[in-house]
Amino acid sequence: MTDNSKYLSHLELGERDETFLDSNELIINMGPQHPATHGVLRVILKLDGEKVLGTECVIGYLHRGVEKIAENRTYAMFNPYVDRMDYVAAVSNGLGYCEAVEKLLNVEAPPRAKYIRVILTELNRIASHQLWLGTHALDIGAITPLFYTFRDREEILKIFEKYCGARLTTHAFRIGGCQYETYDGFERDVKKFVDFVTPKIDEYEELLTTNRIWVERTKGVGTISDKDCIALGVTGPVLRASGVKWDIRKALPYAAYSEMDFEIPTGQNGDTYDRYLVRMAEMRQSLRIISQAVEKIPEGPIMAKIPKVLKPPVGEIYHSIEAPKGELGYFVVSDGSTQPYRLRVRPPSFVNLQALDLMVRGQLVADVIAVIGTLDIVLGEVDR
Amino acid sequence: MLDYITSYLKSDATPGAAGNMLWAFIYIMLIFLGLSIAVIAMNWLERKILAHMQVRLGPMRVGPHGLLQPIADAIKLLIKEDIMPAEADKAVFWMAPLIVVTAAFTTFIVVPFGPQHAVTDMNIGILFMLGVSSLGVLGIVMAGWASNSHYPLIGALRSSAQMVSYEVAMGLAVVSAVLMTSLHGAGIYATGGSNGMGTLSMIEIVKAQQEQQTWFAFKFFPLGLMAMFVFAVAMVAETNRAPFDLPEAESELTAGFHTEYSGFRWSLFFLAEYSAMIAVSSILVTLWLGGWLRPFPNLLNGPTWDLVFSLFPGLMFLALAGLTFYSTARMPKMRYFRVQTLGLAGFGALLGLIGLILFIPPVRDRIQDIYWFVAKVAVFMYLYIWYRGTFPRYRFDQLMKVGWKVLLPMGLGVLIVTAIVGVL
Repeated sequence: MTDNSKYLSHLELGERDETFLDSNELIINMGPQHPATHGVLRVILKLDGEKVLGTECVIGYLHRGVEKIAENRTYAMFNPYVDRMDYVAAVSNGLGYCEAVEKLLNVEAPPRAKYIRVILTELNRIASHQLWLGTHALDIGAITPLFYTFRDREEILKIFEKYCGARLTTHAFRIGGCQYETYDGFERDVKKFVDFVTPKIDEYEELLTTNRIWVERTKGVGTISDKDCIALGVTGPVLRASGVKWDIRKALPYAAYSEMDFEIPTGQNGDTYDRYLVRMAEMRQSLRIISQAVEKIPEGPIMAKIPKVLKPPVGEIYHSIEAPKGELGYFVVSDGSTQPYRLRVRPPSFVNLQALDLMVRGQLVADVIAVIGTLDIVLGEVDR
Repeated sequence: MLDYITSYLKSDATPGAAGNMLWAFIYIMLIFLGLSIAVIAMNWLERKILAHMQVRLGPMRVGPHGLLQPIADAIKLLIKEDIMPAEADKAVFWMAPLIVVTAAFTTFIVVPFGPQHAVTDMNIGILFMLGVSSLGVLGIVMAGWASNSHYPLIGALRSSAQMVSYEVAMGLAVVSAVLMTSLHGAGIYATGGSNGMGTLSMIEIVKAQQEQQTWFAFKFFPLGLMAMFVFAVAMVAETNRAPFDLPEAESELTAGFHTEYSGFRWSLFFLAEYSAMIAVSSILVTLWLGGWLRPFPNLLNGPTWDLVFSLFPGLMFLALAGLTFYSTARMPKMRYFRVQTLGLAGFGALLGLIGLILFIPPVRDRIQDIYWFVAKVAVFMYLYIWYRGTFPRYRFDQLMKVGWKVLLPMGLGVLIVTAIVGVL
């Protein structure tokens, strides 16, 4: 067996308490190769039988040095790299980066570009939540929802493919607006998708929401209070399920969200079941936003007037958006050259993952899986 | 010698009861063969049915509609490298799959496919079956322990705890069915006849249902149904299938107790799991659903209906053959599909031939018992697949709660009430 002790900083491995028969705790490695850790997360578990006494996350298996790469690329060249962080919500990543640099340059995207951004970002939010639902249900043992959600997610990816040629790492937006005008029939496709997916979300709910085993597996599991959420900096659906009505789309509106009419779904108990309900409600709200945006989309240019070579003035900027997983922020420091002096990403997955230990202490091994699923982490974003 | 062979064909007893070694051996071989084919068929059917529930196609490449996929998989498993972990306890690691598979196959000695179609008619048949099938847990614990690895160990501990706790509820449900063989009830529950000696023999249990003209699932309504329900839930837990598949919870423990097994050893676990599923379903069908008896014995009685029901197996095979030929006609006409089309047509012809053979009167009389038994077991096999496609997995404490706080009191209550109702 490998020696884990150097990683077990706060598990107090050395002290053995006087438990029944003086039994040692079982220390097992979950990951980095494990079917339910959503990538290459390694969790060291200290178990007493099936009960979790403590956890320690070991990350970095997918580290690519994205932030350092940014210092050696021009602002436009770095744009595709952000897609590779949260690869299931690449459009949101691109939106956050483009808007941060636009703020630094003091330009604003034209209204039509903003509407296209809203439509694509919300489509991507649905796709991300669908992927989350499928894998989360699979972790808890329900294998069928995965295939339903992937079938419907395909329709979103088809729209992306028609719009910009890529399905996953789309690189849909450019600094200053969008590169591509919407293709013929884009509005029709989006409306068709909204009509198609609305009953499908009911279908997912039919399989899970009132399923006794699902409710038993998720209610009261991985509970986190609103105070703990705020103290840990947890954002997104995890925060909202704990009862905090915080959504950057409403609080600090960006793109065209200030012109949209939608609600912020919240939960009360902050358990896995509430987080599930919040995300399901969020998908419906996203559909609402998409339908409004398609109706109201204005005519006009899609690209603001920006210079060929981007040289933002000396300064720094922090801009954050509501990504499907939480607050995605970009802190960009410019020294007046064509490349950022420093770029720091505030990834929601990384920050939310810190709540794992708090949420699973005292629960069972099976709950660790459920909690990792409900946190909705993407390791590409955690490690960057 | 010829007399020795033909003498059995004229008798109405099982080979074991008739003391005919040769036919007993033939029956063992037939059951072994049939079971292997059933496991292969189950493998294909599970993948296909589950796939269709999940808007996929399932295996489509090897043979027409993936019919040869299980055989391809079996060959792959057989020629795989035999890996034994360096830290494993060699002897125990080697023995574990053997114990599991032996326990699963041995139960079929007493399974009655018909009044004379069983290897032997043991007077403690149901006891033997429960006892031997619970030996399987020994093999699972050995597998988990011998692997000398964390995940298999947790899987093995989970499965032993699970099997032991569900066996109690299962046993109580079985006892209430055994009580019904002798109790005739009174008042609204009267089935005629007076209380006599009960029986543990699998064949006698079915014969008791024939004499009382009711399947035990419907006897003392709703007591029989409740006992059957307890057994039906407990048997899913007993065979470690979804939603009680904690010992091999893929997303938690990678593969549970057989994580370290591969190749042929792993395929033995696979074989054992599916044979155990068939075995417990056979117990359920024998105890509550009238074993080999045809459906609707009261509503549609008389020799005419007997004849109609005996034609059923042949008709079903002909219908399947017709369906296959229809699919063959719909196959693409391209050159690449010629082999597949021919294969499918051949399969249809085989089905049709079997259907025609089943119409020959002596074959018909001997086969129809087996047909009804297999058909009833197949319903429960389908349910197993359906559960897997629908339910999430229980957590360990919830599993124990269902076992001890729901099924056990229910089984105990049904047993007590059955005894009271029967004696009154």
